[in-house]
Amino acid sequence: MSEFKMPSLGADMESAVLMEWLVKEGDRVKKGQVIAEVETSKGVIEIEVFEDGIIEKILVEIGTECAVGMPLALIRSKGESVAEKEAESKPEIAPEPESQSSEISEPEPSPETKEVPQAVNAEKHIQASPAARKRAKELGVDLAVLASKTEGKIRIKQVEAAAETKDKVPAMDGMRQAIAAAMSRSNREIPHYYLSTSINMTPSLQWLEEQNSNRTIQERILPAALLIRAVVQALGEVPELNGFWQEDAQQVSKEIHPGIAIALRKGGVITPALLDAQEMTLDETMQALGDLISRARAGKLRSAEVTKQTITITNLGDLGVERVYGVIYPPQVALIGLGRIADAPWAEGDALTVRKVIQATISGDHRATDGRTGALFLDKLNELLQKPEELL
Amino acid sequence: MMSKDTTYREAVRLGISEAMEQDERVFLMGEDVGRYGGCFAVSMGLQEKFGTERIIDTPLSESAFTGAGIGAAMNGMRPIVEIMTVNFSLLALDQIMNNAATLLHMSGGQLNVPLVIRMATGGGKQLAAQHSHSLEGWYAHIPGLKVLTPATVQDAYDMLGLALKDPDPVLIFENSLLYNSKGLLDTSASPLPIGKALVLRSGKDLTILAYGINLFKALDAAETLAKEGIDAEVIDLRSLRPLDDETIMASVRKTHRVMIVDEGWKSGSISAEIMARINEQAFYELDAPMARVCTVEVPLPYAKQLEDAAIPQPEKIVAAARKLMEEA
Repeated sequence: MSEFKMPSLGADMESAVLMEWLVKEGDRVKKGQVIAEVETSKGVIEIEVFEDGIIEKILVEIGTECAVGMPLALIRSKGESVAEKEAESKPEIAPEPESQSSEISEPEPSPETKEVPQAVNAEKHIQASPAARKRAKELGVDLAVLASKTEGKIRIKQVEAAAETKDKVPAMDGMRQAIAAAMSRSNREIPHYYLSTSINMTPSLQWLEEQNSNRTIQERILPAALLIRAVVQALGEVPELNGFWQEDAQQVSKEIHPGIAIALRKGGVITPALLDAQEMTLDETMQALGDLISRARAGKLRSAEVTKQTITITNLGDLGVERVYGVIYPPQVALIGLGRIADAPWAEGDALTVRKVIQATISGDHRATDGRTGALFLDKLNELLQKPEELL
Repeated sequence: MMSKDTTYREAVRLGISEAMEQDERVFLMGEDVGRYGGCFAVSMGLQEKFGTERIIDTPLSESAFTGAGIGAAMNGMRPIVEIMTVNFSLLALDQIMNNAATLLHMSGGQLNVPLVIRMATGGGKQLAAQHSHSLEGWYAHIPGLKVLTPATVQDAYDMLGLALKDPDPVLIFENSLLYNSKGLLDTSASPLPIGKALVLRSGKDLTILAYGINLFKALDAAETLAKEGIDAEVIDLRSLRPLDDETIMASVRKTHRVMIVDEGWKSGSISAEIMARINEQAFYELDAPMARVCTVEVPLPYAKQLEDAAIPQPEKIVAAARKLMEEA
């Protein structure tokens, strides 16, 4: 028997609300199957199961706020008999993982350590007085969140203090708080360097126009997809910018999962990953981008998409911005900024002409890379965009 | 009558005396209550006033004279039986529990036992392990009895009258150290009924529940705590059976922190019962684990410093209250 626990969907995530069960007790599930939807500060996210088995028991009702690590369901592996339920170990909240582990396996308790099964309820792990719990309910204070910030036991005093802080910043929703925390950390910890270059987009746009003229509206490729494709290709050449800075060391990622900054209609920004973008053709990139944007706006992202980004791409061109100087999303080590594509004077040979020009920038983590790395990347990006046919 | 410095002893005596004047069925019996005037001098002078037929010296046999009291009560009298100390009442426990407490039920409601038993309780007078215990909590275990613990001079007077008016057996526990205490007595005030607790000091930070002499230790402690900025509410339980759940829970809802001061031993005590009730009825009002100051679990020592160390004291209450408030 193992516990299906609330995964950590980001280093800043403390809890999420269970929105929907997509399975019921007794259902067979397969590794990788989406079995529930949870709402985090980043929106509604589908969460997957990490083993094959049978849903023995659903432990959490819809609408429950669940701390990271809280058991949501019990999963019986195929060989296991029902009687083994009695031997289930006391649930514990796992230390918050930095990133989602691909396998969650619970060691089976040995007969000596068998414990009487207890009502599974993560709340009991929160050391709050009964009166504090009651008051928290009245004031709408989330004890799981408060517990993570409180040393020792939670009393009425802490709950009321938390409620007061909450009242002072009514506009501060969960997403804003999450962004605030990540960006503060970034500016506190990451020594940024910024580089910018002007790229002539005329060849790319002409090529796209030719390509699109033979396509239906649905199949058309937008410049945004071409730019992402170019960034991904360039990262293949300059891999140091794709990865993480963790525990004072650089970790270069083989897979390229660019987080695409997407503005949400209700406000806020989310940067879900275009997973394994290095494997995609230009057409696939376009399709994946369209799918990602519509799911992000519908609040239907998958857990891997909100946890696995290896770099961020921010395109603010649609707002008329010329240049983007981004703040890196830790523990990533770079952010690529793209401005608008605009007519600009352009020197070619000894003639001055007008070309479609974009300002591409890179914000780099100077701990992980130097300005030279960033410069190589921008140079590579420029080179690729001059030969768009190679981006197919 | 209104007086500011009546002693507890005088208040009990006045209660007995007035009851005997008002109702010829009332009489007092017990060891040394007549010619000697009572071992704590409560009935001093009453034999001269009411004669040997109504103030009766008994042989040294608690079982016999308590049984006689039960018989008299069943036959229409209103006896007051004085037992010298609660330790000696154990000799009469068979009469109290198997007869007084059960007869109404066993007779199908035909036989009330309107008996009042007064006894001295508590330590602090160097009377050692056979005269000093506080067993009122034990009696509170028994259905069919009422258990009163007057602390104030007013209650010493009022409770005797209330007990005599009750149709069923009532036990009154008078803490022997209180007999010399002085306080306000207003004989014209209407008495607070049996089963009602009284908030003697209103406070917002914690509730101290006490009865008998420990009420005054708790009030002392509350003054010390007030100087430290801890605002304690002190409640006189007055009656251990029935307990006034309503007043107790109302205070818990107000302060969210509870301490019980009980001169009984912790294990199986009235303080344990009160904690259990708070848990049952007001669990979600608690902001910290409940605390208790009880007597150390030893037979009460004779040596003064050991006896003082064994029973609840204001300093212990203060220390326990500080700890309770540090649970923040």
